[in-house]
Amino acid sequence: MLKDITLGQFFPGSTLLHRLDPRTKLLAVVLYIVALFNATSVLTYGILMVVLGTCICVSKVPAKALTRGLRPVVVIVAFTAVINLFFTGGEPIADVFLLRHISAKGLVTAISMMLRIVMLIMGTFLVTYTTSPISLTDGLENLLSPLKKVRFPVHEMAMMMSIALRFIPTLIEETDKIMSAQKARGADFETGSLIQRANALVPILVPLFISAFRRADELATAMECRCYNGGEGRTALHVLRYRPVDLAVLGGFAVLAAGMVALRLAGL
Amino acid sequence: MEPMIRVENLTHTYSAGTPFERNAVEGMNLTVMPGEFLGIIGHTGSGKSTLIQHLNGLLKPTSGHVYLEGRDIWENPKEIRQVRFQVGLVFQYPEYQLFEETVYKDIAFGPGNMGLEQEEIDRRVRQAAELVGLPEETLDKSPFDLSGGQKRRVAIAGVLAMEPKVLVLDEPTAGLDPQGRRQILGLIQEYHRRRNATVVLVSHSMEEIAQNAHRIAVLKNARNFMEGTPREVFARAAELEQAGLDVPQITRVAMALRRRGLPVDTAVYTVEELKDALLRLRGGAAHA
Ligand SMILES: Nc1ncnc2c1ncn2[C@@H]1O[C@H](COP(=O)(O)OP(=O)(O)OP(=O)(O)O)[C@@H](O)[C@H]1O
Ligand SMILES: [Mg+2]
Repeated sequence: MLKDITLGQFFPGSTLLHRLDPRTKLLAVVLYIVALFNATSVLTYGILMVVLGTCICVSKVPAKALTRGLRPVVVIVAFTAVINLFFTGGEPIADVFLLRHISAKGLVTAISMMLRIVMLIMGTFLVTYTTSPISLTDGLENLLSPLKKVRFPVHEMAMMMSIALRFIPTLIEETDKIMSAQKARGADFETGSLIQRANALVPILVPLFISAFRRADELATAMECRCYNGGEGRTALHVLRYRPVDLAVLGGFAVLAAGMVALRLAGL
Repeated sequence: MEPMIRVENLTHTYSAGTPFERNAVEGMNLTVMPGEFLGIIGHTGSGKSTLIQHLNGLLKPTSGHVYLEGRDIWENPKEIRQVRFQVGLVFQYPEYQLFEETVYKDIAFGPGNMGLEQEEIDRRVRQAAELVGLPEETLDKSPFDLSGGQKRRVAIAGVLAMEPKVLVLDEPTAGLDPQGRRQILGLIQEYHRRRNATVVLVSHSMEEIAQNAHRIAVLKNARNFMEGTPREVFARAAELEQAGLDVPQITRVAMALRRRGLPVDTAVYTVEELKDALLRLRGGAAHA
């Protein structure tokens, strides 16, 4: 069913990772990415894997959910690996058939590229799995708030994002319902030529758009009724505060990123 | 006699394998005889909508079976559309499924999917429109220009036009005014009578169910809770209350009268019936 789309799905919980300030998690994931792109050796990849593994264990997010999240990018990962494998250049491994085109350097690049993408996705997914969309946008708004100085509409952007995020599940549910209703009248989405299948979407898209517009309209009215007028002078219900543990985590990741850069410069 | 629909030990689990996993229906059994009018009631979240979406194969049982005239509907998954033409399902708030430019085309969507001849489709559309009380001239209007109650009738006509043997409706009167409710229930009764169709009606309103159904199935927490004629079910008012349900208001009045020592018949669901019962009582007393 459509419901099974996991992209950005939040797994409620109360682990250390869930309780961290969203800003901490956003900054930490940026530092983690910096570290990842500076990793070049077995040692550095090893350290990062340990860090990621620890985070996954602490978060209690089921491994199945993480691997399921990887499914949409499998093709890209495989493609990158193959390209790197064959087109890196260098001494061939052996002089037989396919191996003639593969160098030891290519093999290493392919593996490290694959690891890099997989670990990048797992790390960012871990953040979305352990942070509710609302607190994620809160954190983002807060981190970007310096941009308000240059008249960038940070609050409006964050509001749009949280509304969009809020409505994804609603719209998916709605699509499910409309699809079922049309199937009950014998609509067929699974067979037929490409054109027939495209046509079969009309009975879903029309009611879906109408309902999305209706919802947008209702929401706008509801917001206006409560005198919403943007970010000026607005205070937050949940005030974000760094706790000591946040500082510790941030410090840890800063050290990690700096260490990786240093190790790369030292040629390790 | 062979049951029209038989549900056997049906369980349905939503979001299996995630933290949101839950059984919306658990070990449920149900039989509906041909030509019967069955009412289904249950508190919110008791699994009514989930149950009925199994009757036409929109949901596949996690375990258990659904038989239509003795045949397992999932025996041949490729044929599931045929089941949907025989078991017409009207969803809750069906007016949100309308999509065509004209009312006529929207009602014709179902029969068109059945692959019928143009003339047959035309006959069915006009007949369904007549049955739900839509005047001829609305057929050429856009469904989005109609009132809420009219839209609902167009959507119901869209299912009736497939002329299903079994008509299943999920709270068809939700959000309508009393007159709108009466009209919708009237047209369901009309279809039931004219075609001798089997009807399954899900509702929150005890009055509605009591006045229309031959038999009532009560659900509670995803399971069967009670079953019987309206008289049998409403006689167990205390248990119903415990399941978060109510007996019809008039029945409650009769029961209160009885508790105060008036030997009135408590199997009454309308003001009329209670009046008759009270008059009978007075007549009986006068004779004594
Ligand atoms: N698509 C779905 N995905 C996950 N859970 C669902 C889904 N649909 C229903 N549920 C859950 O299954 C349970 C039964 O829902 P169902 O809609 O069958 O109840 P209902 O008896 O029709 O309630 P109502 O009277 O409110 O319409 C509910 O707890 C609901 O949260
Ligand atoms: Mg329901």
